[in-house]
Amino acid sequence: MSDVRVAGVGLTEFGSSPERTGRDLFAEASIEAFEDAGVPREDVEALFYGNFMGELAEHQGHQGPLMAEAAGVHAPATRLESACASGGVAVREAVSRIRNGEHDVVLVGGAERMTNLGTGGATEALAIAADDLWEVRAGVTFPGAYALMAQAYFEEFGGEREDLAHVAVKNHENAVPNEKAQYRRAIEVDDVLEAPMVSAPLGLYDACPISDGAAAVVLTSEAYAAEHDLEAPVAITGSGQGGDRIALQDRTHLSQSPAAREAGAEAYADAGISAADVEVAEVHDCFTIAEVLALEALDLAPVGEGITAARDGLTTADGDLPVNLSGGLKAKGHPVGATGAAQVAELTALLRGDHPNSDHVDDATVGLTHNAGGTVASAVVHVLEVVA
Amino acid sequence: MSDARDAGYDDWLEAVEEGEPYYLECPEGHGSLPPRRVCPDCGATDLEETPLPAAGEIATFTITHVPTPSFADDAPYVVGVADFGPVRITGQVVGVDPTAVETGTAVELEVATSETTGDRVLALRPR
Repeated sequence: MSDVRVAGVGLTEFGSSPERTGRDLFAEASIEAFEDAGVPREDVEALFYGNFMGELAEHQGHQGPLMAEAAGVHAPATRLESACASGGVAVREAVSRIRNGEHDVVLVGGAERMTNLGTGGATEALAIAADDLWEVRAGVTFPGAYALMAQAYFEEFGGEREDLAHVAVKNHENAVPNEKAQYRRAIEVDDVLEAPMVSAPLGLYDACPISDGAAAVVLTSEAYAAEHDLEAPVAITGSGQGGDRIALQDRTHLSQSPAAREAGAEAYADAGISAADVEVAEVHDCFTIAEVLALEALDLAPVGEGITAARDGLTTADGDLPVNLSGGLKAKGHPVGATGAAQVAELTALLRGDHPNSDHVDDATVGLTHNAGGTVASAVVHVLEVVA
Repeated sequence: MSDARDAGYDDWLEAVEEGEPYYLECPEGHGSLPPRRVCPDCGATDLEETPLPAAGEIATFTITHVPTPSFADDAPYVVGVADFGPVRITGQVVGVDPTAVETGTAVELEVATSETTGDRVLALRPR
């Protein structure tokens, strides 16, 4: 199967801008992506767009054509929704269409407007990614669901809040030089441990912020890139997706993410690599425990040992396997529908050498993105490689 | 949200209120909860209402301090996932000091009421 080239990437600044519409955010990201790609808008044959809470935040359904219009693209446009993995499934759909020969140029991305809902409204909107009857009505919030997993992890494998705090400290540190990140502020372990509890054992600094933002990526076929002499050294060489029962109570594991394991295994096999080949990763750290579960599911750390990866320095910027050099969802921000595409944008820049943190991975040629929906009832993994 | 009943789920809550909770069992012995027509494990379509064990055991729990608006007046509250054998069930742990809840605590099902909305809330009460 032919590779898919990442021709251009664009991101808005992630943060709090409650007055900005989703269409404005996506327009900005797409302008940057087209400028970066040097691909004319009229060559785009399809748009795949990730968004989760548009109906609640903006009273706006049918966002596919709206976003094509915002980006100045005349092409069939489809919104994909898989909770926080919406952007990831959009990328996967775009990759699939190019690989099967249907399209040569696809615009893919996502956006989310969240801060206009306020903390309560956003908490309520995020909660609907859980099972309404069996979780939300019992008072499960999103931080609450991950707290249930964190508590189960501690019970099964050990670990403590201080281990998780190191994940937050690391990702904040990585965000400092990233101009697109929401929290460009280093924090200490004590800041995390002393922050107000959200849902024990997770405190305020164990959680990603509520964010507004958008991401856009222009993907092309190998043939198109060659024909148009594009400077597109990074390719998506592997794609995988896994699924699980929506409610945590119905899972085989309360402290593992089998959907991410399936997605990772599929993506590794697709790219013809193994976990040991991964040199840099952007994983879905909506909560500190989520990064731990992701590392283990992707075989980047043994099950039960991911908890100390940040504390031991394995996943820090100068470690053997830097994880979330962008700042991750934790510090870069998590405008839900944009996240999966934003991970591809950040990793592309890291591998190309034009990311503020590229110096930490200057020899890296293989990277991975992991985007999760719900308490990982959906997971999408992509392998990116420098191929030219 | 509409005031219409959620068939299956509301019937199940009423069964809990009457002290006769059940789960759905397929011929292979997989357990699941309503509303459901197909066993999510094996695809069997003949599901039978089977009495749920009276006691469960807390498998994991959290104390939620930042709730959704629907539970604004209830916070802080404990949510637990309890293992009832064939199924696990998520509910608010009631009738106990939140800091006293532990993994392994034996619980039984009941239906409580949200202080915020007056809606029914599935609860787990230590036995």
